[in-house]
Amino acid sequence: MSTLTIRNLHKSYGAVEILAGINLEAQTGEFVALVGPSGCGKSTLLAMIAGLETVTSGEIWIGDRLVNSVQPKDRDIAMVFQSYALYPTMTVRENITFGMESRGVPKAAQAEAVKRVAALLQIEQLLKRKPGQLSGGQRQRVAMGRALVRDPKLFLFDEPLSNLDAKLRVDMRTEIKKLHHRVGKTTVYVTHDQVEAMTLASRIAVMNQGSVQQFDTPKQIYDRPTNMFVAGFMGSPAMNFIPARLTGSSSISVRAADGTDATLTVATPLPAGAPKDVVLGVRPEHIYRFTTDLKSRKPAVESMQAPVELVEPTGAETLAVLRLGALEITGRFEPDDAPIMGETIALGIDMSRACLFDPTTKALL
Amino acid sequence: MAEVAFDARHDPEAAAATRRYFWNRFLIYAVLTLFAVIYLAPLLVVVFNSLREQSEIARNGLISLPRSFRLDAWAEAWGTYCVSGTCEGMKRNFFNSLWMAIPATVISTLLGAMNGYVLSKWRFKGSEILFNLMLLGVFMPGQISLMPWAFLLGKLGLTNSTYGLVLIHVVQGISFTTLFCRNFYVSIPDDLIKAARIDGAGFWRIFRKIILPLSPPILIVTVIWQFTGIWNEYLFGVVFTSGQQQPITAALVALTAGGTTARAYDVMSAAVLIGALPPLLIYLFGGKYFVRGLTQGAIK
Repeated sequence: MSTLTIRNLHKSYGAVEILAGINLEAQTGEFVALVGPSGCGKSTLLAMIAGLETVTSGEIWIGDRLVNSVQPKDRDIAMVFQSYALYPTMTVRENITFGMESRGVPKAAQAEAVKRVAALLQIEQLLKRKPGQLSGGQRQRVAMGRALVRDPKLFLFDEPLSNLDAKLRVDMRTEIKKLHHRVGKTTVYVTHDQVEAMTLASRIAVMNQGSVQQFDTPKQIYDRPTNMFVAGFMGSPAMNFIPARLTGSSSISVRAADGTDATLTVATPLPAGAPKDVVLGVRPEHIYRFTTDLKSRKPAVESMQAPVELVEPTGAETLAVLRLGALEITGRFEPDDAPIMGETIALGIDMSRACLFDPTTKALL
Repeated sequence: MAEVAFDARHDPEAAAATRRYFWNRFLIYAVLTLFAVIYLAPLLVVVFNSLREQSEIARNGLISLPRSFRLDAWAEAWGTYCVSGTCEGMKRNFFNSLWMAIPATVISTLLGAMNGYVLSKWRFKGSEILFNLMLLGVFMPGQISLMPWAFLLGKLGLTNSTYGLVLIHVVQGISFTTLFCRNFYVSIPDDLIKAARIDGAGFWRIFRKIILPLSPPILIVTVIWQFTGIWNEYLFGVVFTSGQQQPITAALVALTAGGTTARAYDVMSAAVLIGALPPLLIYLFGGKYFVRGLTQGAIK
């Protein structure tokens, strides 16, 4: 059993509170991503799971063992660092065997383990080299090899791809995913890149200011973000936030660019006691050019007029900045059907995919 | 187009620039040469005198080009010259210095490395204050500690012995070696230590297997610094030892205080050079590593 359970975990340095009551769990074989902006406490949390930082209060369980005061080496974990942290004076082989040396594993078993891991990661030809003679991607592999050789209960990754260039990052991301499928180890993965979190994780914990905002599957996090922070952080371009007024139990009005109010029907009726003023959250891909054909396919699409301020073609898709009242919103269009700068289009908003937030509490309604 | 010859004669501006460049260089090298001569002149005089006959020095004066060449003075200064009754030259004092400087250098460097390791990688509450207090030692002149050392060496029974001087130099040197090593180790990423801790290595294993193998650049710096400093040190040597126990720096003074006989400038010159040789050799062979070690970080 290699689960991870974190209960009401706190960390403070003097009066500064870094983590304010974290609750988290990872099932055996699960891939949990901790994601959030810089300074949200995700790396501190990982260091505490590893035993490199002390616990102020709360509990960390690995399997059925409370590890709060267990030394890092006795927690049965392996960690991959952002800087890789390969020992510069040792060869790749020595880097991989260092941990086993420390634990007194017999030489024959060490050689066997190195062979297995080197084959798995295809680094056999690098074993005699020093880290300084390796490329970024190779160092990354060696760092993973050093972690894998241990056969730990828990894998910890601390932003392992941040030091790679964009293309290599995508390749290594795929490799990590494949690797996780093959070895099936419980993994906690820290990243500030929401795409990495979405693609790799079976569950994501979105963190901000020392607390977990939402802990759920990537789909739930993306489709039903629990508050405006999660909604704005996950997804690129970010979700559009449009101020709106409640006009009925299931209708809201939004001010268009020409000063008129458009009334939109909400797909699911709002709960009683919802505030008069709300924030409509719409992802760029749920904004369309309105047609009757679209309406027949997607009955929840609501229409309003919006002038096009700017068009940004990226090749695969075209982003358009549209004016809506005092604010600008971004829509994602098919390049063939993209709006032209200066034109005013009939905007279609898929209300079945839209989210409504309370502007004061920032919570999802 | 590449074939167009650039001829300075047809380009007055370029010609002027070339001239200016030449005179600038000339001036710089002239000044540098002048100062080099000023600095090297005393050394040259001593080297010459160590090779001249005493009678020639008496005839032509101390500062003069050699008209004779012999190495007798060197042999005499090393092994047979008489200082206050004993005729063993500087040999014994030279080895005193060596047996003082080598252990003191090794021990103070090792202690500095360990201190630096703790103060940079195993910080604890108050470690910065401790480091700053140790730094005070860098600025403290040796004279201040003369009395305490006299008291302590007396208590330990280490007066007039090389061991006493080793102890003094180890303690006096720790501030410097700690400063050097600590500042070097700060540039070693903490992630290395964390990775090693997860790998199951403890305090000493991390020091031996990870920190020390990265340390040669800074260890060379501290060794050079400590060895030359300890070898050239005079005050403690002359205060706490006498006669046969003196290091060579202190003994050289005894040589000049010979008293009744005429001064043997040739032997004195040779003795001074013998005393200056080890630091000089270290500078010649290790100087470049010194600068490199001080300027480069731990991880390239």
